[in-house]
Amino acid sequence: MGLLAFFRRDRSANHAKERLQILVAHDRVGRDSPDYLPLLQRDLIAVIARYVEIDEDKLTVELANDGISSMLAVNIELPRSKSQKPELRNPHGGLRVRPQLA
Amino acid sequence: MPAPKIVTITSGKGGVGKTTSAAAIAAGLALKGIKTAVIDFDVGLRNLDLVMGCERRVVFDFVNVINNEARLKQALIKDKRVENLWILPTSQTRDKDALTKEGVGRVLEELKGEFDMIVCDSPAGIEKGALMALYYADEAIVVTNPEVSSVRDSDRILGVLSSRSRRAERGESPVKTHLLLTRYDAARVSKGEMLKLEDVLEILAIPLLGIIPESPSVLRASNIGLPIALDPDSPAGRAYNDAVGRFLGETIEHRFLKPERRGFFQRLIGRAA
Repeated sequence: MGLLAFFRRDRSANHAKERLQILVAHDRVGRDSPDYLPLLQRDLIAVIARYVEIDEDKLTVELANDGISSMLAVNIELPRSKSQKPELRNPHGGLRVRPQLA
Repeated sequence: MPAPKIVTITSGKGGVGKTTSAAAIAAGLALKGIKTAVIDFDVGLRNLDLVMGCERRVVFDFVNVINNEARLKQALIKDKRVENLWILPTSQTRDKDALTKEGVGRVLEELKGEFDMIVCDSPAGIEKGALMALYYADEAIVVTNPEVSSVRDSDRILGVLSSRSRRAERGESPVKTHLLLTRYDAARVSKGEMLKLEDVLEILAIPLLGIIPESPSVLRASNIGLPIALDPDSPAGRAYNDAVGRFLGETIEHRFLKPERRGFFQRLIGRAA
């Protein structure tokens, strides 16, 4: 092996380790979340969709655990719907939700 | 005599050496005088019998026993080379739905009456066959290659073991897990081309049962249907026998961590045993 080749030696195992550490940490977060989260997310979508049109991809349900307490965070991005009347919009730009009577 | 034990050989990923390891560990246990049965859970893709060299002696299988079409004694095949070793082959024709929790549980209970150790050879994946293979496990040997996808899948199967085994469901002490690092090429590790043992241990964080060196003798053994643990000339065979000893509580130093020093002649002919 020449000197140049020695310094250019493939050290890809280090990349493998770094990528795995990130990947496995991410996988474990998903694994440790309780089974009801996907169902909860589905039900939340169903309830909210009764009142506003939402994009299912823009709803996330996460359970964060800091070792002392758990926090359920539901994040819903509401669209700026054209069909909504202007007075429904609140001054902060979000949407006020007015239940529709059946 | 301690209570009979169910040990599952699993990995998540396919092709990492589960069946080779199941055959080798079962043969190694039998060599130690432990009455062992090894079961193939890969319904539809029967291969354990082939690796064990008894493919022409299969008459009835695991699924027949589950369905009460044959008695357990009719389906078990006794190994001709080692005392204390029996094989329960799987069905080649049915699908994985043929395995039911009740049926598998009943067969395992019956085996516990006859054997000291029951080795379950899991199929790849995390679907029904794999879940059935690990459900009743007391211990699990996670077969891993020093390669990204294998390590990731091993981590995944460890998660499945800790949440979906019967021990987990019943809140009993968890399935005891062991890492078996296979196809380890110490020469490539030393060049930084392959994940080293410490990296894999750091990520998976389970106790090490053994390192099986990459060795041409593994293919040679499967070609002739010989469990590699029965080949005393093979480094892999010796490594499996070491692993079996550790599994039984013996203290055996790990080998094959350093590249083999090849003599001038070996280098000249360019091959290692």
